[in-house]
Amino acid sequence: MKVDPKVVEDVAKKLYIRALKVLPDDIKQGFQHLDAAETNATAKSVLGTMIENIKVAEATENLLCQDTGIPIYNVTLGRDMQVDGHALKQAIVRGCAAATRDHPLRSSVVHPITRVNDHTNTGRHVPVINIEFSDTPEELSIEMIPKGSGSENGSFLKMCIPADGIDGVKRFVIDKVIEAGGKVCPPTIIGVGVGGTSDVCMHMAKVAATRALGSSCEDPAGAELERELTVAVNSLGIGPQGLGGDSTAFAVHVETAATHITMNPVAVNIQCHSARRARATFTPKGIDYGF
Amino acid sequence: MAHYDFEMPVSEQQVRELRVGDTVSLNGLLFGIRDATQIHMFDHGRKIRFDLRGHAVIHTAPNVKKVDKSTEFPAGYAPICVGTTTSARMERFTRPLMEQYGVRIIIGKGGLMEASQQAFSSLGGVYLAIIGGTAALETTWIEAIEDVDLDDLNPESLWQFRVKNFGPLLVAIDAHGGSVYDKVQAQAAERRADALSALGVKP
Repeated sequence: MKVDPKVVEDVAKKLYIRALKVLPDDIKQGFQHLDAAETNATAKSVLGTMIENIKVAEATENLLCQDTGIPIYNVTLGRDMQVDGHALKQAIVRGCAAATRDHPLRSSVVHPITRVNDHTNTGRHVPVINIEFSDTPEELSIEMIPKGSGSENGSFLKMCIPADGIDGVKRFVIDKVIEAGGKVCPPTIIGVGVGGTSDVCMHMAKVAATRALGSSCEDPAGAELERELTVAVNSLGIGPQGLGGDSTAFAVHVETAATHITMNPVAVNIQCHSARRARATFTPKGIDYGF
Repeated sequence: MAHYDFEMPVSEQQVRELRVGDTVSLNGLLFGIRDATQIHMFDHGRKIRFDLRGHAVIHTAPNVKKVDKSTEFPAGYAPICVGTTTSARMERFTRPLMEQYGVRIIIGKGGLMEASQQAFSSLGGVYLAIIGGTAALETTWIEAIEDVDLDDLNPESLWQFRVKNFGPLLVAIDAHGGSVYDKVQAQAAERRADALSALGVKP
């Protein structure tokens, strides 16, 4: 199967706008679950406003949140695909800039030193483009994530040592959730990376934070940690927007990677309640849009 | 717990009446301000055209569309999506905003810290919490972008909005040392030991 970069450019543009406007069904269900279980009156009212906002965004075809985020595109290439990888990446960058210009969207992206904003939502190494490979024949998937900055600023890495054990990992997560408080726009998805190298650990935390609600870690030890930590963070009383309540996180998600005998790294990356994602899947039958 | 409808600007006495847990809706003028706006005002000494005395500022950088100037769009901008950003990054600007410009109300999400609380108490000001991430709803409270200054910093310009029934917003930090965030943080710190113990971890 062959993929035309011109089509990819158009899809990359559509995905950015779609992600900013339509919240995935699993997140909407997550809100319903939290709202049903919430016992704090202020928290219940805050959740109610968030649920109303999702409806207003859909009814007015507006963006859910003003933060257009750092654009991330996760590309998964299946087998038997004919793709010019370099052209594909360039097409994604053009699509991202086109969405910003044509909608128009706020450009949230600046040069890190000069702080100059060229009003395209692109720049050096932005959008972030990750490329993975799968064994699904004749399929290309592009997932778009506009990662909000309020929650991205809630990112933490610690190179724990083996003597800290899994206890060190758990303590780090709890302490960072308390430290982040309301700044990361709870209820959140707390992404936790355990193991790997420092960069892999941080990347896993991002993968975990942006995974669909209801999914679980493929590693059984990671899945067990997810269950334990989800209960623990929701016992802290931080609540939606840090104003108090039971609903601090939709879930804690964990990803794991093998690590070195001397290392025990843990990373936290947080996704806000506007946990936006959009996906396009290319197959020989055409292009499907979903989450 | 009382509700207040404010016509902006307000007096020191009006904001000193507010207590944590009260709610407020604003009508009239509201100014949008953000990291770069305040870095340029206070660190680079940039002058502004607007009189902020008695007014509210909101931590925002909106999505806007450039249009021809008209009665509906006096600044040449149509609001697309106006939301609120995390306030804590702008903590150090609370006191100069109040002392040098007479600002009485800061609207944001996630809360402000001790230096801001002290400024609110000594100078007479409050922090109103809006629900972050609910920008589609917030945009329906904005009537127009009336004017804009420091627009070379766009989207982090100094925005002058006209708003109607902007709220209800929660009084989260008042002028009497009250802070919802402090209370929640203290509670979380207390519950930390139990949370760790349930995980089989020593604090």
